[in-house]
Amino acid sequence: MNAIELQDVSVAYQKQLVLRDINVNIPTGKLVGVVGPNGAGKSTFIKSILDIVPRVSGDVKILGDSYRKQRQKVGYVPQKEEVDWDFPTNVLDVVLMGMYRKQKRWHRNSKDDIDTAKSCLKKVGMDGYEKRQINELSGGQQQRVFLARALAQDSPIYLMDEPFTGVDAATEKAIVKLLEEMKKQGKTVIVVHHDLQTVSEYFDWLILLNQKVLHAGPTEKVFTLENIQQTYGGSLQVLNTNQSNPSVLHS
Amino acid sequence: MSYEMWIILTGSLVGVTCGTIGCLLIIRKMAMLSDGISHTVLLGIVLAYLISQSLSSIYMLIGALIIGMLTAFLVQFLYNRGIHTDASIGIVFTSLFALGVFLVSIYARQVHLDIDHVLMGEITFVPWNRLTLFGVDLGPQAVWMLGTVLVINTVILIIFYEPIKISSFDPVLATALGINVVFIHYLLMGMVSLSIVASFESVGSILVVTMLIVPGATAYLMTKRLSTMIAVSAMVGILGSVVGYAIAYWFDVSIAGAMSVALGLIFAIVFILQLIIKKMYQRSHRGKIHVT
Repeated sequence: MNAIELQDVSVAYQKQLVLRDINVNIPTGKLVGVVGPNGAGKSTFIKSILDIVPRVSGDVKILGDSYRKQRQKVGYVPQKEEVDWDFPTNVLDVVLMGMYRKQKRWHRNSKDDIDTAKSCLKKVGMDGYEKRQINELSGGQQQRVFLARALAQDSPIYLMDEPFTGVDAATEKAIVKLLEEMKKQGKTVIVVHHDLQTVSEYFDWLILLNQKVLHAGPTEKVFTLENIQQTYGGSLQVLNTNQSNPSVLHS
Repeated sequence: MSYEMWIILTGSLVGVTCGTIGCLLIIRKMAMLSDGISHTVLLGIVLAYLISQSLSSIYMLIGALIIGMLTAFLVQFLYNRGIHTDASIGIVFTSLFALGVFLVSIYARQVHLDIDHVLMGEITFVPWNRLTLFGVDLGPQAVWMLGTVLVINTVILIIFYEPIKISSFDPVLATALGINVVFIHYLLMGMVSLSIVASFESVGSILVVTMLIVPGATAYLMTKRLSTMIAVSAMVGILGSVVGYAIAYWFDVSIAGAMSVALGLIFAIVFILQLIIKKMYQRSHRGKIHVT
């Protein structure tokens, strides 16, 4: 069964079409990169799966059923700029938020929950930061806290919006390691990505997006110079024109 | 209970009711919306009076609740259509408030619903406006109204604490988790409207903004957890009303005004103390290698 199926999905903000006729079937157990130029609708693509943007038409199926029914099977990592890091809370609390759905109404944040949250923090190398105020974190640490929160959600499918943006090299490595671990466990991870240099290294499945899906499939088939140029239009500088392994600088 | 105690109790109830709900406005960066609602509820009160022909608290609560929600809705409506929040608050608040003033001047001249009273409140008269039920004197009406609203707010806050917290911190995650973010937004707006109208008689629509924002802002400086922030904010609200009463007593000035001044002073003291502590901390750590 496919992890996610989008059928004729179109999304508009205030009458302006951002995504049009998206048709793509994402298989399970893949690390999927969503790549495209600025304003291509990559974040919107993810949000349309989460059903938090006004969908004009189309249908999204998650593991064969509607999002409403499969909600608990999708974990989400937003762009870290989307939240207010001066919010009065600490690292542990942010991770526990990911477990909201699993907790019983009158028995929140039990010792088990806290242990789970702590082990998730450990997996992203943030153990010992539980009581740290979130406004004292660096950009990379913020991203790791978000990843730990996603881990706490413990879902078969993950959607991540630019997790590699504005993080240090150590965090980037930690994220890659985590992604590979998730893949080993059979999870499907869909990552919005903007660094074309690392695409073939990080992802085994690829969606090239620019308002519509131009190409989708296994990275080695899809990630060709021709396809990338088609996706990005003329705004692309190419360093190495080797067709099988194009190395590209961003526009 | 003595006259003074009733006033201090009323002030403290205003401080706690507004202080707790104010925290939620601050963390959601919606402090200015409270300024808007505190003015537009005037329209709700006037309409409630015109329709029910009575100054009974319950009609006023309902009227203010409806207009408060309408304010929040209209602000959101304009924002969704591309007008910035501050501008849309400016548009909605002034026009609804002006409509309220207009109606007061036309219809309500003959009753004691005058503009000064609405803007500044008069906590001094609160102990004389009593609630009697079956011939039994139950104490000042304002105390009952504030108490009821405080209980409602507290119950809602306890039940919806987690959803409120998550949707304030990360609305997208909240939506993805199945929390109805729009419902939470209007729930809070309802709580704000109720708190404002309950505090109206005592502190008026301008000073109620102080009561909503200053305790929360002070607590925000002192704590790192939302739950602690709310508790500290409530205590700051009480402290402000007690100190404020003392100031009013010594200098023989407006009680509600003195309470606001007291809150301003408390904020200033905490703010300065915090700066000093930060300086001292930096000094004691100077020269040491910072390991992160």
